[in-house]
Amino acid sequence: MTKQEIKAIIIEEILNIAPETDEADIPEGDRLQSAIEFDSYDFLTLLTALFDRLKVEVPENDYGMVGTLNDMVDYFAGRMG
Amino acid sequence: MGVFKMPSLGADMKSAVLMEWKVKPGDTVNKGDIIAEVETSKGVIEIEVFESGVVEKLLVEEETECEVGAPLAEIRAEGEAAAKPVPEPAPEPKKEKPKSRTKLPESKLPESPGTERPRISPAARKRALELGVDLTALAATVKGEIHLEAVEAAAGKTPGTQTPGTQTPGTQTPGTQTPGTQTPGTADPMRQAIAAAMSKSNAEIPHYYLSTSINMTPALKWLEAENAKRSIKERILPAALMIRAVVKALQKVPELNGFWTDGGHQVSPEIHPGIAIALRSGGLITPALLDMQDKDLTATMANLGDLITRTRAGKLRSTELTKQTITITNLGDLGVERVYGVIYPPQVAIVGLGRIMDAPWAEGDTLAVRKVMQATLAGDHRATDGRTGALFLDTLNKLLQNPEGLL
Repeated sequence: MTKQEIKAIIIEEILNIAPETDEADIPEGDRLQSAIEFDSYDFLTLLTALFDRLKVEVPENDYGMVGTLNDMVDYFAGRMG
Repeated sequence: MGVFKMPSLGADMKSAVLMEWKVKPGDTVNKGDIIAEVETSKGVIEIEVFESGVVEKLLVEEETECEVGAPLAEIRAEGEAAAKPVPEPAPEPKKEKPKSRTKLPESKLPESPGTERPRISPAARKRALELGVDLTALAATVKGEIHLEAVEAAAGKTPGTQTPGTQTPGTQTPGTQTPGTQTPGTADPMRQAIAAAMSKSNAEIPHYYLSTSINMTPALKWLEAENAKRSIKERILPAALMIRAVVKALQKVPELNGFWTDGGHQVSPEIHPGIAIALRSGGLITPALLDMQDKDLTATMANLGDLITRTRAGKLRSTELTKQTITITNLGDLGVERVYGVIYPPQVAIVGLGRIMDAPWAEGDTLAVRKVMQATLAGDHRATDGRTGALFLDTLNKLLQNPEGLL
């Protein structure tokens, strides 16, 4: 899977959780929690949905590595082989 | 023969629109079954029946606005003989609609050939009601399902400026206004509902306020180790651990869990904490997590996740909006250190949880940095005294220092 494809899946799942969000408002390099008002429950829901789709589980210790959209893409790309 | 009436889903609710029947005449229903969906200022709510029996007759058509107490259906209790044909029941549900309500597409009317009933998402329907957008007119210009965006775009075309000063001060109500969408002089229904409840609270309830600092390092460390053992689907959020701790503390200090009504204090044996949940479109709802006295930590997390999801999807049940015995508000996500709540009548207390932050912490004669949270309690001084509130906060603190007991 290419990084572009991973990114598209992440965006799709973010929009599932927060349908009111405009795709253009999802920042690539800013923390999702502050940029689009994702709370801790939304964040966990997103990671759970991504686990279902990409089969990569993000342990809590790695939360610091998946705070932004770009970081998330890199994280999943690096672990999907 | 029981008459099922439009329930009151909060002291401030006057009427609601019956959107959809989930049963038909002849169906057997059991206590707690969902028999209809109604639309209120709090979204679409599934209403539950309070007695078991057989649905004899539905008294109102779908998409009818009904006042609280209006008869909706006749339900024959189990064992009761089938009713003889009786004259039409007299009560006529109120069909007159407030000015802001747009006429909803009437599915019962014969449709002209080729006219398809517009599909409208629940959120869009609600927003259209708030903004006074004519959905029938909008449907003519939108292809496919009407979403929130289309409604807001349509509202943007009508002149209207935000009324200055309509924001009610109060810790329970962060950011409920959407700028630029209010017509002068009319707050949206949810704003009005919050305003009514908070005004009543401030006028009638003599609040007392207490605060304490809790060292959250042991609880968070324990939770981290616990979550490392769990799959991502069973992971516990700190919010669920806090709710579990509050529930256990209430079992030790039950006086704060209950109501003040007609000059008397009633303690509730069941614990149904209302959880303040912010809606993405603005506004705030505090639906109840039901019967938490019986739920362990895993069940608390599962119920919390389910409640947040359904609240944001506009799919709450009537009991969740009416049975709260206490409120828990957590503004920590927004970064505030401490929140002093306004009690939601007829409840007698509200627990406020602030942000967990790194702070200096003295232990023995050393100074260390710990994760520290400010927990507050606002209590109704008619029902309890500060001593009761202090005992509660002290118990909460002790429970969080031994988190394995919260499982």
